[in-house]
Amino acid sequence: MLNPTWCPGCGNFGIWQALKNVTANLSLKPEEVVAVFDIGCNSNMTNWSPVTVFESLHGRTLPVAAGLKIAQPTLTVLAVAGDGGCYGEGGNHLLHAAKRNLDLTLFVHDNQIYALTAGQTSPTSGHGFKTKSTPQGAIDLSFNPLAVALSAGASFVARGFAGDLPHLTSLMAAAINHKGFAMVDILQPCVTFNPLNTFDWFRQRVYDLDKEGYKPDNKLAALEKAMEWPKNGEDNKIPLGIFYKEEREVPSYLGIDNSKNKSNLEEITSEFL
Amino acid sequence: MANSLTWRIGGEAGFGIMAAGAIFSKALTRAKFYIASAVDYPSLIRGGHNTFVIRASNEPIYSLVKPVDLLVALNQETITLHKDELSSGAGVIYDSGDKSIDTGVLPKDNFKFYPVPLLEIATKDGGHKLMMNNVALGVSWAVLNLPLEILTQVIADVFAKKGEEIVAENTRAAKAGYDYVKTNFPEEFSHKMEKGNAPPQLVVTGNEAMGLGALKAGLGFAALYPMTPINGLLHFLASHEFISAEKNKRQFVYYQPEDEIAGINSAIGASYGGLRSLVATSGGGFSLMVEALGMAAMTEIPLVVVMGTRPGPSSGLPTWTGQGDLKFMLSASQGDFTRVVLAPGDPEEAFEMIQTAFNLSDKYQTPVIVLVDKLLCENTGTMDRLLSSKFQLPIERGKLYTGNGEYKRYEVTEDGISPRALPGQTYFITNSYEHNEAGLSTEEAKDIESMVEKRARKYELLTQEVAAPQIYGDKEADITLVGWGSTKGVAREVVENMKLPGKKLNYLHLNWINPFPKEALVKIFSQVKKIVDIEANSTAQMAGWIREQTGIEIKDRILKYDGRPFYPEEIIEALKKYA
Repeated sequence: MLNPTWCPGCGNFGIWQALKNVTANLSLKPEEVVAVFDIGCNSNMTNWSPVTVFESLHGRTLPVAAGLKIAQPTLTVLAVAGDGGCYGEGGNHLLHAAKRNLDLTLFVHDNQIYALTAGQTSPTSGHGFKTKSTPQGAIDLSFNPLAVALSAGASFVARGFAGDLPHLTSLMAAAINHKGFAMVDILQPCVTFNPLNTFDWFRQRVYDLDKEGYKPDNKLAALEKAMEWPKNGEDNKIPLGIFYKEEREVPSYLGIDNSKNKSNLEEITSEFL
Repeated sequence: MANSLTWRIGGEAGFGIMAAGAIFSKALTRAKFYIASAVDYPSLIRGGHNTFVIRASNEPIYSLVKPVDLLVALNQETITLHKDELSSGAGVIYDSGDKSIDTGVLPKDNFKFYPVPLLEIATKDGGHKLMMNNVALGVSWAVLNLPLEILTQVIADVFAKKGEEIVAENTRAAKAGYDYVKTNFPEEFSHKMEKGNAPPQLVVTGNEAMGLGALKAGLGFAALYPMTPINGLLHFLASHEFISAEKNKRQFVYYQPEDEIAGINSAIGASYGGLRSLVATSGGGFSLMVEALGMAAMTEIPLVVVMGTRPGPSSGLPTWTGQGDLKFMLSASQGDFTRVVLAPGDPEEAFEMIQTAFNLSDKYQTPVIVLVDKLLCENTGTMDRLLSSKFQLPIERGKLYTGNGEYKRYEVTEDGISPRALPGQTYFITNSYEHNEAGLSTEEAKDIESMVEKRARKYELLTQEVAAPQIYGDKEADITLVGWGSTKGVAREVVENMKLPGKKLNYLHLNWINPFPKEALVKIFSQVKKIVDIEANSTAQMAGWIREQTGIEIKDRILKYDGRPFYPEEIIEALKKYA
C-alpha cells in the first residue's frame, strides 16, 4: 500500500473513507470484492484500496467489470470511474451496462473536471465553465448522467456527495446490495482545478430525497427529479439519494461447464460431415 | 495437374447461392472427392452478383484453378461475367424458362448446354421458387453422373432441423432436377470424374475450424462484435454456446458486446476471472481494440485475438481478401512488448493453431493474435475428420498461484513468468500502469527496469516454442516460393500439382510470424537457389519482416492486391520469367 497522493482536501478522501466503511459494514473481505478502476484521480486509489484492484483503461471499467462478473459471479464487482472516463470516453459502455443489467455497481467520482490532466472541461462541467480548454467558458450544456442512466434502463440510480459520509456510505452499501446494475454518481469537489463546485457550494444546494418523503419506485418521477439539476443557466437545489430502484431480471451466465464434453464435440463435428 | 472438375453456380444475392454451394461441397466430399472452394459476394444482402465455386478431384488439391467445367447460371449476369472462364467442352446449366437468359454469346459447338426448366420444376406442386437452387444441384449431380442418394442425404441432413416437410420438399426438388437430366440428356458429359478415393473429411470454413479448435481448447468466454469476415466464427460460437440437449448448461459464454472496445475489454475481464477468452474482428474493429491489446500485455492477462483481414485502408473492400495488415499486427499498441502472431494457412492449421494460441497466451500471460484473412475465414475446405475429433493439444494454463504464502502478482522470477492468481483467491493488484512486483504503480527507475526486463525474459523464453517452417514440393528446388497464411493453398497447388517447364519448385510456408523462425530461415535461405516472395498486399510486408528478422532481402516478388485470391495459373505465369 502507498499513501494517498490526492491533494489535501480532495473529495476523493471522502469516497475512499465511505468505501472502507462499506466493506467493514458489509463484512466484505478484500479478496471478495474487486474494484475495476478507470484512469483518473479517482483510480489512484488502486494503490491504497481496501479491496482487490484491477486498474484498467480510461473509459473501460464497465466492460472489464462485466467480463469479470460473468467469469466470477460470486465476487462483488465494482466499477469505479470519473466523469470523464464514464460519461465521456466510455459513454457507450454506460448505456449498455444500464440496458444489460448485469449485477455490477458503478461509482462515479464526479468532480466536473479533468483533474489528473490539470484542469480541462469535462462532460459534467457547467455551461459557461472556464477552464484551460474552455478559456471563454464551456459552450456545451452539461451532461445529465442520472437522466441518461434512467433512460437507458438502469435498475438502481443514485447520487451521493463526498461531503456527507454517513449518507454516502449508506448509498454505496445499498448499491452493492442491489441485484442488477447500480449507478451512484458521487459529487466530488476538486479543490485544485474546480474553484466553482466546492464543498461549500454543494452544501448550500444539496438536499436528501429520502427526507422529503420521495419514493424511488417510479421511473417518470425519478426522471423529473434527475432533471432538477443540472439545469443550465439556473442555480437549482441538488437532490441526493436513491432516485430509482427496481427489481429487474439479471442476465445469468451461470452454468459454464467447459470441462471436455466429448459427446457434444462429436455431435458438433458431425455437422460438418 | 490433378484430374479435377470445377463447378460454379452464380445468381443474384439472396437466392441461396451460398447454401447451395455448401450442400454441393458436402456432397462432393461424401462422394470421396477432395475439394477446394470459394465464395464471392458483394457487401449487400440482396441484389448484386453472388457466386460459389468448387473444384473437386480424386487427388489432393489445395486451391481453385481458373477454368470452369460446369457452370450453373441462375441469371444472365452469370453467363456474362463468367463466359470467358469456361473450359472447352464445359457444361452450361440454365433455366430454359427464363427468357432473359441468352446463351447466344457462347459458341454452340464449344459447350454442352443443359436448358432445364429450373423454376418450373421448383414451383411444381406448390414448391417455393428459392428451391430452384436445389433443382440446379440435382441437375449438376446428374450431369456428373454421381449417385443421387449422396446428394439427397446431404440435403436431408442440412435441413433436418427444419422438419420432415422441408426435407421432403428440398430432396424432391433435387431429385426432380436429377431425373430431368437422366431423361432428357442421357449422353455422357465430356468432363468425366474419376472415382473419388479421399478419406472421410469434414467440410469446414476457416471460421468453423477455429471455432472447433477453440472448443477443444476449453474456451470459456467469447465476445465478438459483428464484422466480415469473422461473422462465421461468431455464428458458430453463438450456436454452440449451450450443450444442445441441456439448455441451461453452457460450454462457454458467448457475449455480444456493444462495440469492439467493449468486446476486448470484457474478454480481458473474463480472462482475469479465469476463463479462456477470445475476441475476433477485422482491421477496423482491431483498430478499436488496440489500446486494450496493450493493457493485456501490461497487466499480463491471457487473451486470444482472431484477426481476419480484408483489403484496406479504412472500410476498404469488406467482402474481399488480402494480407495487408501484417505490419499493423506486429506493432499494434504503444510500447515495447512482443506481439505474438500466428498465421495459419488452411482449416487444419487454423484448428491447431488456435489451440496453440490459447496455450501460449496462458503460459506467457500475454495476448496472442491469430492472423487470418477473408480467404481462409470464409472459404470452405476440408479437414481430416480424425484430426478434428481426436487432435487436441494438452491444455496448458501456465504458472498459477497455489494459495500459499505472500502473493505478489508481478513477482520477479528467473523466467519472467509470475504465478497468476485469480480474483477471489487472495487480495492482489492488477495494474495497467507500470508497477512494482506487488502491482503498485511506480515511477522508480529501478522498479521500471526490473519489470521491463521481467517481461522481456518471458518473451525471450517464448521464442523456444517457435515451430520450424514447413517446406512443400521438391526438396531440391530451383525456385523456392515463400509465403504465409492463406497463401499456403495456392502455393501448394503450384509446387505439388503444376509444372514450370525445366524448373523444380517448392514452397516455404511461414505460420509462426512472431516470434519468427529466424535461424531456421537463415539456414534454409543459405541453401536455396532462388527465392520468390508471394503475398496478397502491395508492399511485400512479409518480405520486409523477413529482412528485419534475418537481414535477407527478397527482391523477387509476386504481389496481388485486387481483393481476389491468387490463382495457381497466375503464379506459374509470373514465374515464367525465371524458367
